[in-house]
Formats: sequence, C-alpha cells, structure tokens
Amino acid sequence: MAAVTADQKTQSTSGTAEAAGRTAGTAPDVADAARLAVFDAAVAADDRIEPRDWMPEAYRATLVRQMAQHAHSEIIGMQPEANWITRAPSLRRKAILMAKVQDEAGHGLYLYSAAETLGTSREELLDKLHAGRQRYSSIFNYPTLTWADVGAIGWLVDGAAITNQVPLCRCSYGPYARAMVRICKEESFHQRQGYELLLALSRGTEAQHAMAQDAVDRWWWPSLMMFGPPDDASAHSEQSMAWKIKRHSNDELRQRFVDICVPQAEALGLTLPDPDIRWNEERGQHDFGAIDWTEFQEVLKGNGPCNEQRITQRRRAHEEGAWVRDAAAAYAAKHTPSVPDAQQAQHVEETA
Amino acid sequence: MSAALALGDDALVLSHRLGEWAGHAPVLEEEVALSNIALDLLGQARVLLSLVGDEDELAYLREERAFRNLQLVEQPNGDFAHTIARQLYFSVYQHLLYERLAAGGGELADLAAKAVKEVAYHRDHAEQWTLRLGDGTAESHERMQAGLEALWRFTGEMFQPVEGLDATGSGVDPQELEDAWLSTVTGTVERATLTLPTGPRTGAWTAGAGRQGVHTESFGRMLAEMQHLHRSHPGASW
Repeated sequence: MAAVTADQKTQSTSGTAEAAGRTAGTAPDVADAARLAVFDAAVAADDRIEPRDWMPEAYRATLVRQMAQHAHSEIIGMQPEANWITRAPSLRRKAILMAKVQDEAGHGLYLYSAAETLGTSREELLDKLHAGRQRYSSIFNYPTLTWADVGAIGWLVDGAAITNQVPLCRCSYGPYARAMVRICKEESFHQRQGYELLLALSRGTEAQHAMAQDAVDRWWWPSLMMFGPPDDASAHSEQSMAWKIKRHSNDELRQRFVDICVPQAEALGLTLPDPDIRWNEERGQHDFGAIDWTEFQEVLKGNGPCNEQRITQRRRAHEEGAWVRDAAAAYAAKHTPSVPDAQQAQHVEETA
Repeated sequence: MSAALALGDDALVLSHRLGEWAGHAPVLEEEVALSNIALDLLGQARVLLSLVGDEDELAYLREERAFRNLQLVEQPNGDFAHTIARQLYFSVYQHLLYERLAAGGGELADLAAKAVKEVAYHRDHAEQWTLRLGDGTAESHERMQAGLEALWRFTGEMFQPVEGLDATGSGVDPQELEDAWLSTVTGTVERATLTLPTGPRTGAWTAGAGRQGVHTESFGRMLAEMQHLHRSHPGASW
C-alpha cells in the first residue's frame, strides 16, 4: 500500500514538473529552477523519483555510476564462487552454490535493467567495465583459496553487502529501490547459507575448523573495506545523502556490521583477526582496530591479488561469446517480420 | 537399482559439465539458463542416486570404472555450439525416455513425471539455440555443424540396453526410442539449415561402453577435480 501511495504522489509531482516546463518554455533558467524545486520537494517528502520524472543531471550520473558498479559487482562476483562449483564437497553444497551463482547473474540482470531506465544500456555499461572505466566492488579481487572461503564470502561479504543494501530499499530512485527489495531477500538467504556452511566446518574435524578460521582471517578486513573510505575521505557521500540515495554514512554502516558480526563469530566458535575488538560500554558499540587503507587504495588502483585475472576472464567470456550474440541477432533479423513489410501489410489493409 | 545409477550418473556428470560454464557464458541470460539446467540435472541425480545408496558416497568415492553414465555427457564443453549439440542430443533422448518412464508406471515413474517437465524446457532451450546457431551467421553455422559432427559418434550408446531397467517395471526399452529420437533431431537439424552427420553412431568402442564403466580420457580428470576435496577429508561431513 505504501508503495502505491508513493507512486501516486510521484505521478502528481511529475505532472507539476511538466506543467512548469511548458509554461516557462521561454525562460529555461526559471523552468529549471521550478523543476528543481519540485524534485527537491519530492526528495524531502520521501517520494520516489521515477524514470520519466525530471531529475538533475548530476543525480542521474551518480545513480548510473552507482547502479552500474553494483551490477558489475554481481557479475564479477560470480567468479570467486564459481571457482568452487566443480569442487564442492557434497551434492547438497554444490546445488546451493550453483543456485547462488545463478542468483547473482539474475541480480546483475535486474540492476542493468534498472540502470537502463536512466537512459543508458547494458552493452554500454559492460563496455565501460571491460575498458576499466567503471568499477566493481574491491572485495572480488581477493582469491578463493579453500572451500571455507565460499562460507566466509556468504557470511561476511554478503553480510556486509546486506548491511549496505537494506537502506537502499528506501533509496529515492524508485527502480533502484525496487530492485534492491528483491535482491536483499535473496542475499539474506545466501548469507544464512554461508553462515551455516562455516558452522558445519567449525564443528567438523580439526582440519575443517582450521580451514574455516583461516578463511575468516583472510576475509574479515577486506569485508570491512566494502563500506568504502572513512567518512572524512568519502567523495560522494554528502551529496548522495542529501539526495537520499544513501541513508547512512560509511562509518555508521561499518560499525553496525562489526556489532552484528562479533556475536555471530562467537556463536560460530571462530575468532575475528583483530586484537583490538572490544565492547565499549560508553558508546554501546564495539571498538575495533585500524583498517589498512593503503591496501584498499592499491586494490582500487588495480593492484589487488586478482584484479587482472577477474577482468581478463570477463573480457574473454564477452569476446568469445561475440559470435553467439551475432548469431542470435542474425537469426532474429531473418525471422522477425521487417518494419517495411509490416507497414506494407497495414497499407494493404487500409486500402482494401 | 542399477538403472537409477546409470540415469543418475548421466544427470550428475552433465550437470557438472554445465557447471563449468559459470562465469564464462556468452551472455548473462545464458549464465542463468545453463546453471538452471545444471541445477535441474543435479536435482535429478540426487533423487536417482539416493535410490541406490548415499548420494555423496556414490558421487565422490567411486572411481572412473564404476560410473555408468553415457560417454556423451562426459564430453568436454568445447565452444558454445559444442555444448548445445551435446544438449540437443541428450535432452531429446532424456525427454523421450522420461516420458516413457512416467507413462509406464514402475519404480521410476514418479520421479520421471516430475523431471520430464524440466527436461522439456532443456530440450526447448537446446532446439532454440540449434536454430539460432545453425541459421545465424556463416561462422555460427559452421561451428554448430562441427559440434554436431564431433559428438555424433557418441549418440548410438543412448539406445543400448540399460542394465536393470527391465526390473523397474517400466516396460521401457531404450532401443525403441531410437526412431523417435532420429526423426526429432533430424527435424531440428534441418530447420536449422544444418546437415545430419553421416558417420557411424555405434562404433565398436563407443557402443554401450559408458554404461559398462568404460569412459573417455577426459572423464578421469573431471572426476579428479570433482572428488578431490571430498576425498581429502575422509569421513568429514560438510
């Protein structure tokens, strides 16, 4: 019900914006100011901005950048996990992992579609990814070295993603917010499965327990980096928060994540690789150690352990698939009635 | 239930091969489709193997000579056309077989009735791609024809007897599926402007060999990868 109300409000505001544009056709500055006022009011009222609504170009550009990066992360993120599909140690785990990687391809598809409502195309965005002009999440530049990494990714990486993404379900841009509602449901399912995988290892043989601990040791800090740079060094944060694309600061979300993980690690019987983690009675939150921002910057610059490998595999899949996409297009061209034919048919009908 | 073992191995091995495509497909929609088919097959394998014994013991602790799958399904993926040719040959066979198993009553009827719906989708996917590749560009036509040719010699095995199938009470004899399989595949191949291969389908070596535990060389390597982790931790549960 709430969504319907929000949509109706957005429709009425977009009507107002169009009306403003028409009446002030000769004075673009005045018209833009009027449109901006309508946009700002809609954002302030927590209405959803929809594809046909007027929006500032910078808002559109920020959303395209963020949604593309999000979509790319789903697609590149398939690689570290797919790395273990053929070696999964039981048929049940293999089925769960296959389903998860399939969901990620699906999330990529939702997100590219949502980004397309802003006037771009999947092809254009993929080209930018392949050319290194758009990013994906830094986390996927780390290697999956053991089976336990699949569990650590589910628990920590998906856990961090959910902490980041749940607030996006209330993002001011409607198509993005709606995609996130669907994605978050599936992600939280994956996160529970990852946790359960680690629990089985932790309670298994000594070797399995050690495998689980080693994976958590390697994935903990990179997961904290997923929330982005600290608030005083975050370039886009302030504007994104004003536009209600972002609802909480990087540091707030990171703190929330640490507070969630500490008791979960205890329940798992695993330790987090940070001697400085302790409960701070005064703040009512956990203190934790310093993040290695140099490593983060290096990974962002392309110098992480798997940057080269990930993008090379993505490019190769795309290039080696070109003849398949060409074949599908050629077949469609041959077997779809062409536009002139259709017009001719209509003409015949009209004259008959 | 040796028939369940043979059919379970078919599904298990083909599912594994399709799983190798994850992250490598030509278009995102095919990432979804290929893993969807792989998951359906894995589900079928788990039900079938569980009729025989413990699914994980059977999948992870048997050696190459104890697997009863067709040599067709263990063939490496090759390019996309090769994978589609393998899907076309196998899914048309599996669809015919499961339809008959579902209709024939017997011990495998219930699971065949459920699986036949999935297999109908797999078959449609393979046929649609055979048409697009065959009747697409000159390059895709050539690749699709090459895929059909390369796998043709493994198709005769599908119509050899499956040990224990009689005992399930289904009354299905794989040999009786051959005419229907040939006419369906021929129809699709011709609509795709391709040519049905003319080479032998039942060479002395490949005829019925997989069903007897005699496989092709790449299969051992596939099992080494599939079984390595499970075998490295004897008795562990996951």
